[in-house]
Amino acid sequence: MRDVAVIGTGMTKWGELWEKSLRTIFVETALLALNDAGVDRIDSMYVGSMSSGIFVGQEHIASLLADYLGQAPVPSTRVETACASGGLAFRLGFMEVASGMSDVVLVGGIEKMTDVNGYEATYALGTAADQEYEGYHGITFPGLYALIARAHMEKYGTTRKQMAMVAVKNHKNGAKNPLAQFPFEVTVEDVLNSVMVADPLRILDCSPITDGAAAVIICPVEMAKKMGKPVVKIIGSGHATDRIALSSRKDITWLEATYQAGKRAYETAGKSPDEIDVLEVHDCFTIAEICVMEALGMVEKGQGGKAVEDGLTALEGKIPINASGGLKSKGHPVGATGVAQIIEIVKQLRGEADSRQVKDARVGMTQNMGGSGGSTVVHIFERE
Amino acid sequence: MPTPSRYWREIPQRYRFEANQCKKCGLKFFPPRLICPECKGQELEEAKLAEKGKILTYTIIRVPPHQFVDQAPFAVGIAELEDGVKLTGQIVDCEFEDLKVGMPVRLEFRKIFQEGESGILCYGYKFVPD
Amino acid sequence: MEGIIGYGAYIPRNRIKVEEIAKVWGADAPSYKRGLMLEEKSVPSPDQDTITMSVEASKSALKRAKIDPAEIGAVYVGSESHPYAVKPSGTVLAEALGATPEVHTADFEFACKAGTEGMFVALSLVKAGEVKYGLAVGADTSQGAPGDALEYSAAAGAAAFIFGKENVVAKAIKTYSYMTDTPDFWRREYQYYPQHGGRFTGEPAYFKHIVGAGRGIMEKAGMKPADFKYVIFHQPNGKFPFRVGKMLGFEKAQIEPGWLVNRLGNTYSGSSPMGLTATLDVSQPGDMILIVSYGSGAGSDAFIFEVTERIDEVRDLAPRTRDLLDKNKKYLEYGEYAKFRHKIRKAD
Repeated sequence: MRDVAVIGTGMTKWGELWEKSLRTIFVETALLALNDAGVDRIDSMYVGSMSSGIFVGQEHIASLLADYLGQAPVPSTRVETACASGGLAFRLGFMEVASGMSDVVLVGGIEKMTDVNGYEATYALGTAADQEYEGYHGITFPGLYALIARAHMEKYGTTRKQMAMVAVKNHKNGAKNPLAQFPFEVTVEDVLNSVMVADPLRILDCSPITDGAAAVIICPVEMAKKMGKPVVKIIGSGHATDRIALSSRKDITWLEATYQAGKRAYETAGKSPDEIDVLEVHDCFTIAEICVMEALGMVEKGQGGKAVEDGLTALEGKIPINASGGLKSKGHPVGATGVAQIIEIVKQLRGEADSRQVKDARVGMTQNMGGSGGSTVVHIFERE
Repeated sequence: MPTPSRYWREIPQRYRFEANQCKKCGLKFFPPRLICPECKGQELEEAKLAEKGKILTYTIIRVPPHQFVDQAPFAVGIAELEDGVKLTGQIVDCEFEDLKVGMPVRLEFRKIFQEGESGILCYGYKFVPD
Repeated sequence: MEGIIGYGAYIPRNRIKVEEIAKVWGADAPSYKRGLMLEEKSVPSPDQDTITMSVEASKSALKRAKIDPAEIGAVYVGSESHPYAVKPSGTVLAEALGATPEVHTADFEFACKAGTEGMFVALSLVKAGEVKYGLAVGADTSQGAPGDALEYSAAAGAAAFIFGKENVVAKAIKTYSYMTDTPDFWRREYQYYPQHGGRFTGEPAYFKHIVGAGRGIMEKAGMKPADFKYVIFHQPNGKFPFRVGKMLGFEKAQIEPGWLVNRLGNTYSGSSPMGLTATLDVSQPGDMILIVSYGSGAGSDAFIFEVTERIDEVRDLAPRTRDLLDKNKKYLEYGEYAKFRHKIRKAD
């Protein structure tokens, strides 16, 4: 297995991109990554997208995007594992380069969510749950995470305020991110007064509907050095699944897939939680960030809420989480999120994160989660 | 939304709570499976769910999926039945203020949704306070 | 001797008061209450219909009958508000109970007497030895047109009876049906609400057929009103059962235990069947019960039952009808009621 590095990133502003189609958004983004990497040809590409079929009636985007990127006939693979599609696409690209099968691989993620109305979008997102035993009963994604939130509040005394503070922190960071969908701050009062979506989660606890793409170029570390690129190496990777239905899990408040994927990533990286300088995690809902912190071993079980309240995860804190603004403020074009998380970590480790820069960030982690935790992909990066 | 065949296939589960149980480790699961998720055993036997249990967690859906628009807001929760099986379902015949973790419930046969004005009627179970 | 071996009822918990409906239409609530002898009625939630109520009532009946549902040979649902125009309610019920696939199923309709029709057929099949157990349900979620007199009384409920030859709770002594073609109340295909003949629904319709059936069955059985502990008539409003009872020679005390309409409303195909379940709940071994249904169009089915010792064993194996009627009620305002009853036209 060769060592692999990320040598280029590309991302455009996320939001409701009415003028741009799925293929346009992807190609613009991918071209930025190719240019940043200084390459014009790739050996293979992977694209993460949860639901191009439901959102724009388009499957076979592997072919579509290879074509429009001008890279046909390269092998192109569309990867789907709900909201972890981007992270998994990256892992597969990483494996292809690490194995020696390819040298230069493009990994991207794309989701075009605004060509359908709110109901269709909710339906599309809902396909990440168990259709016959969760979706059938009318539950939505906010609903599933609300079930987790209430259970967490009952078991550990996590408060509504603590959850709101996740949104506040992420918006504070996102306000510094020119590519974020919602680059403005919110207060705890704003969150607690926003409209209720699924008790106790309010609209400001929830990540938004977004159009956007993100892309990175990866290659063997040797090649990166030859090209004179700053070397951000992939040192750990983990991927795990959990029972898809929330009701099938032993502990509704515990994200087992995140724990397992994290464990594997730590093992392969030879790192422990306290050696991680900066993280991008999957805050699809505020409670998710709290549970993820616990599952990644950043804090004790049940202590996630308190950690946020104590400022542990702020930009200047001991464990800075979601310097990019997270899904909450940056946006959540489903398939693209996993790759955007990686871009943020790469920028942090290269020292290119501008006003969001975490001091002395050398080791960074990304955690990308699908559905209500049914799958999770974790990567650890180190600046050489 | 479910085609008639997708709906019909789940009738034994939705109408009669038919589950199965691993002969090796005794785990009961719903819906039935071909392989035990715990011990990976493949010898399974038919079982029926207990029809009473307690609410483990709940929420109130205020922004519903399309077919549930007229029902919103409605409560949904996960209940743990007396035989240890957990399932997700709506909680009805209960004021929102009375929803509580730990509240005793039983399964009742209700209409879950209908496919618009001309599609099939989809029935199943919901939780009612016991 | 064959008879009822299990019975059960189901009433949704929502109610709406006469005053609440009258307020919206500018009607005089006290006079409606007096004229109809009605205070409030049951309202189904949007997730309840004839099928769901039939399932729950039948499950209660199974609890009392204590039989293996797979041995039920006939399943009949009588209603004038079957959820599908074409596709039986009975198949869903039979499937939910586990009576499929070796079972005969049919949906019955005959205005408010569809329930007792199914009862007659199920009982007869058992009597003939054609099936071991027969289940019949009378259930409705009928509608009254907004602002019409029927809106005050059209309610929702279900009653289920399982018939068999062993462990009988109430022996079926006699049956009798009396029917003519009388257009007192009808609904044409594709019409949303029914229509009725006003006062024509009284004497030539309700009274004529109930009296006809009541007199007919008592003559056939060689019995008179005083021989019965209880009598149940179809209950379209609070007054008619007492009036027809008096016409036939019955006392108020015989009618009262099965008289649910003042707080339930008219549950159409469930009306007299639920009066019967409520009566069985309070009956004692040896009691003779007469039930006479009425369905517009028009006809009446009459049954004479004799309660056995087994009633004491089964009475409390499932909820009592009056407990379902009086406990755990939730009152609706007209707006929510109209929404629940799909009286509000929405965009497609």
